[in-house]
Amino acid sequence: MIALLLFLVPLIGGLLTFLPNKSGMARSLALGSALLSLAGVIAGLTLFKQPLYWEFDAEWLQTLGSRFSLKGDAMGMLMSLLTSIGVLLAVLGSWNNDVQGSNRFYGLLLWMQAGMMVVFLASDALLFYFGWELALIPAYFLCSIWGGEKRIAVTFKFFIYTFVGSVLMLIGLIYLQSLTPNHSFQMQAFRNLEIPESKQVWLFWLFFLAFAIKVPVFPFHTWQPDTYEQSPTTVTMLLSGVMVKMGLVAMIRWMLPILGIGVFIWSDVVICLSVIGILYASLIAIRQDDLKRLIAYSSIAHMGLTVAALFSLSGFSNNSNVVLQYHQVGFQGILLQLFSHGINILGMWLLADRIERRFGTRKLSELGGLARTAPTFTIFFLLIAFANIALPLTNAFPGEFLQFNALFHAQSPYRFVFLVLAGLGVILSAIYTLNMVRRIFFGETNQATENGLRLSTAECLALSLVVGLILVFGVYPQAVLDFTNDFSREYVKAIDITRFLAK
Amino acid sequence: MFSFPNIAYFIPLLPLLGFLVNGLGRKHLSKGAIAWIGSGVLALAFAASLVVFLNLPSGGPTLLNAFDFIRIGELRIPFAFQLDALSSLFLLIITGIGFLIHVYSSAYMHEESAEHYGRYFAYLNLFIFSMLLLVMGANYVIMFIGWEGVGLCSYLLIGYWFRKPAYTQAANKAFVMNRVGDLAFLIAIFWLIARTGSVNFVDLPAALSSLSSSDITWITMLLFVGATGKSAQIPLYTWLPDAMAGPTPVSALIHAATMVTAGIYMIARSNLLYTAAPLTLNVIAVIGIATALLAASIAIRQNDIKKVLAYSTVSQLGFMFLAIGAGAYGAAVFHVMTHAFFKALLFLGSGSVIHAMSGEQDIRRMGGLKKVLPITYFTFLIGCIAIAGIPPFSGFFSKDAILLSAFLKSPILYGVALFTALLTAFYMFRMFFLTFGGTFRGTDEQKHHLHESPLAMTLPLMVLAVLSVIGGWVGIPELFLHGGERLIEFLSPVIPVVEGHAISHSTEYLLMGLSTGLVLSVIFFAWTRYRQYRSEESSAPFARLLENKWYVDELYQTAIVQPLHRFGGWLRSFFEPKIVDGLIQGVGRSIRYISQQIRLLQSGQTGNYALWMVISIVVILSIQFFVRK
Repeated sequence: MIALLLFLVPLIGGLLTFLPNKSGMARSLALGSALLSLAGVIAGLTLFKQPLYWEFDAEWLQTLGSRFSLKGDAMGMLMSLLTSIGVLLAVLGSWNNDVQGSNRFYGLLLWMQAGMMVVFLASDALLFYFGWELALIPAYFLCSIWGGEKRIAVTFKFFIYTFVGSVLMLIGLIYLQSLTPNHSFQMQAFRNLEIPESKQVWLFWLFFLAFAIKVPVFPFHTWQPDTYEQSPTTVTMLLSGVMVKMGLVAMIRWMLPILGIGVFIWSDVVICLSVIGILYASLIAIRQDDLKRLIAYSSIAHMGLTVAALFSLSGFSNNSNVVLQYHQVGFQGILLQLFSHGINILGMWLLADRIERRFGTRKLSELGGLARTAPTFTIFFLLIAFANIALPLTNAFPGEFLQFNALFHAQSPYRFVFLVLAGLGVILSAIYTLNMVRRIFFGETNQATENGLRLSTAECLALSLVVGLILVFGVYPQAVLDFTNDFSREYVKAIDITRFLAK
Repeated sequence: MFSFPNIAYFIPLLPLLGFLVNGLGRKHLSKGAIAWIGSGVLALAFAASLVVFLNLPSGGPTLLNAFDFIRIGELRIPFAFQLDALSSLFLLIITGIGFLIHVYSSAYMHEESAEHYGRYFAYLNLFIFSMLLLVMGANYVIMFIGWEGVGLCSYLLIGYWFRKPAYTQAANKAFVMNRVGDLAFLIAIFWLIARTGSVNFVDLPAALSSLSSSDITWITMLLFVGATGKSAQIPLYTWLPDAMAGPTPVSALIHAATMVTAGIYMIARSNLLYTAAPLTLNVIAVIGIATALLAASIAIRQNDIKKVLAYSTVSQLGFMFLAIGAGAYGAAVFHVMTHAFFKALLFLGSGSVIHAMSGEQDIRRMGGLKKVLPITYFTFLIGCIAIAGIPPFSGFFSKDAILLSAFLKSPILYGVALFTALLTAFYMFRMFFLTFGGTFRGTDEQKHHLHESPLAMTLPLMVLAVLSVIGGWVGIPELFLHGGERLIEFLSPVIPVVEGHAISHSTEYLLMGLSTGLVLSVIFFAWTRYRQYRSEESSAPFARLLENKWYVDELYQTAIVQPLHRFGGWLRSFFEPKIVDGLIQGVGRSIRYISQQIRLLQSGQTGNYALWMVISIVVILSIQFFVRK
């Protein structure tokens, strides 16, 4: 029931918002819908956490073998929490923005949320695909209507990129459906498949390309800095805070348990690409003058580590509990990081947006000295910046710690090289993040920054929420780890390919 | 609640509370209130540490389990504190000296506005909090939390005057260099988890059996690389002299009570592992003595009073690592303690001098301060004697223990160490005579302002001076006093005492006499040379080399920083848009090209279509024909 509500609330909320109404009404409706979703998730996480509330199944496209089935496992629940928080922050962050055509803007935003909810909760492949597209299409419109100067070209690139990915995935899904005995799109049916190695080798790429573009994994990332830069920041928040996680959740749910052998065959290649991506994106971030592009590259580097950690879980345990234990440790880190990175990057965009709106520039070289003229803002920024470099006692540290640990246990002869190279990202992230802080906040003020910056109540509220989450889960990550413990223990058994090798 | 061991929770919580109150209330509190809160929490934390110290049960450690930080299946990383001889000793040093530095700061920083005054004290409290986590942590992960925490606080405090770009650059440098070491530390933790499944210190003895000797070598090496970052050893030492950008009491805090001693603490904590890794110990001994010598040589030609002290810290830390390399962990810890006393004293003394000189730091423009700053002069002299190692001052005993351990390991190490000790005496007294001896060489305006510092500043100096004299007496060797070496004995539950000092009493006397005699003559030499300093010293090429710190900063800049910077720029402005994105754009463009060509087929002319139809039919038929066959 909760699962269905999480889809219906933003869908209907978006519809209501879309209808023409008085100015200022749209944002209130959007806020109401966002709050309702969040309340729904929180209720689902506390009072109604039994599976029965989080499952929904109805007939849908019977002839195609697809059902409208939603199922919230621990990962789905965590991601729907992140989605609701993300939408709430996006609405709060844009509260004073005075968007032109706000009813369409917020309507599309809420539909995007509906699509993402489906992606995170679907246990039917076709429904998953439906959610995937439902989330993307509003995003195109949001970017191309409300974006920056170069929005048309950039949105087109974004569209082509993700569209190619979607088509490949659709082909893959249809092919898998044809392999199932009763032609079903159900997740369980897919997981029961025993696909021969010769097919997994190429099937892997159909799915991997689709998801890698979304995450994005080097070298499929070039749409991202452009899109983040050109989109209105509200949309960028959802794109990078939540939508990017769609790619990872998709890998976790639709690749590793289904194409285990294909994943194992290609895992070294994927980890290698991810590690290159970490270094590559970090090095570019060091030389970025544009705040939004800097955050975009930083996000690519962080996601690179998560993908590397995920693919280092691939392998065979020979039913050894020790190996499974290590895989679980790594997987827990990935789940934690999915959530934490989402929160942190949402905060980062809130701050970047505020700077851009106040000073009319995103160039670090045109800022400076804000620590003196905007002390409260500086504190928020520093806290979130330190979460960005995974300082201990911020929420990013335990996630990164466990992910590195996963990398250390990869079943690959190159794991130590991977670990050290990925670890260099830790140093590089300190360099670009602290440089960014220094250039925005320290030194002397100039004409633009002389008058400082005041935060509105809505912004203070949004930033306090982010900082609160950063510190709470930084000091007590066990809250999340406990929540996902059972799920992750079952999951690492499900992706273990020992059972295939035995045959 | 207020009894042992639970009172130990208050030790880190009090500074954390001070941080929150001063940090959040800095706009509303008066400066007096801020100073009282900031110093008060430290006084209470010191009292709590004293309770812990006095009630410490002999034998095994006392563990305090707060909650599970990370627990996944078998892997359990509790947020736990460990109280034993080693940690309780460090607790006393950190909170005790930290308290004195706080009191001193309340006067030193009095010109700051209330808001920044509050920010300063908040950072200071946070610094102490992080350091306390570091030494109290019962496993490597909690230690690492404190470890990165002190890195953060040093960043905040070095860049405290954030309007000066050079200062914030120095802050960044400190953080990044520390991070290099931190990465090695992290990898060591992963290694330990992989092989033993635990990061708790209490599990180390049992874990030792499941580690191969190459495992131990790798882990200890990686941990040591971590220590070189925090404790400023070759190759990661260059951040520490730059860290002088922070306010002077901060330097005292970094150099004496917190931060740089972390590396020594970490290795002393892991001494079981290190004893099993002779190769690593040799590396540590060599790096330690090399750092000590290098830094001492640089200190000879520095003219900034704080820079001299900074390099002397690097050099003294090198001594401590030498002791560790020689397997004398106890001597290293002993030197941490005495060094904390006299280095805090020297830094705070230099702060008092800088205060009197209206911000001047160049010792060439000082001189003759003896008369105007009598208390500073006298306490500073005690500090110099202590660091030079003249009996019965504290530095003598700890340095002697280190020299002795070096002698036992290798006579070459001993020779270099002794030479470095002489350099130490030389540069310290060069600085001392330049500052306090001779006649005043500054401007008239500065001369007019000269004044002794207020009591809040001189009182900590006096306390530290007393400690610098008597602080070494806890480690008086057996040789002089039956039942001596109390400190080593106290630490023995954590650092097992190695039996078998194969050295005769006469040799020991000889070594001591030799070092003391040589140090005294070096001081005399410095006196003859610098008591009446007038003009620039000669600038021979070698002296210039020293003045420019062997050009190590420049080397790092050209060999590492610049290439990375250029490479990043190349990636950003060429590789990314032209190659990676260009490839994708190329795919898009070629699709457009192909579709444009195909579009031409649909010309709209019926004749054309008919022609294509005929061609197609022919092709299909012929394929069918051949395939059938």
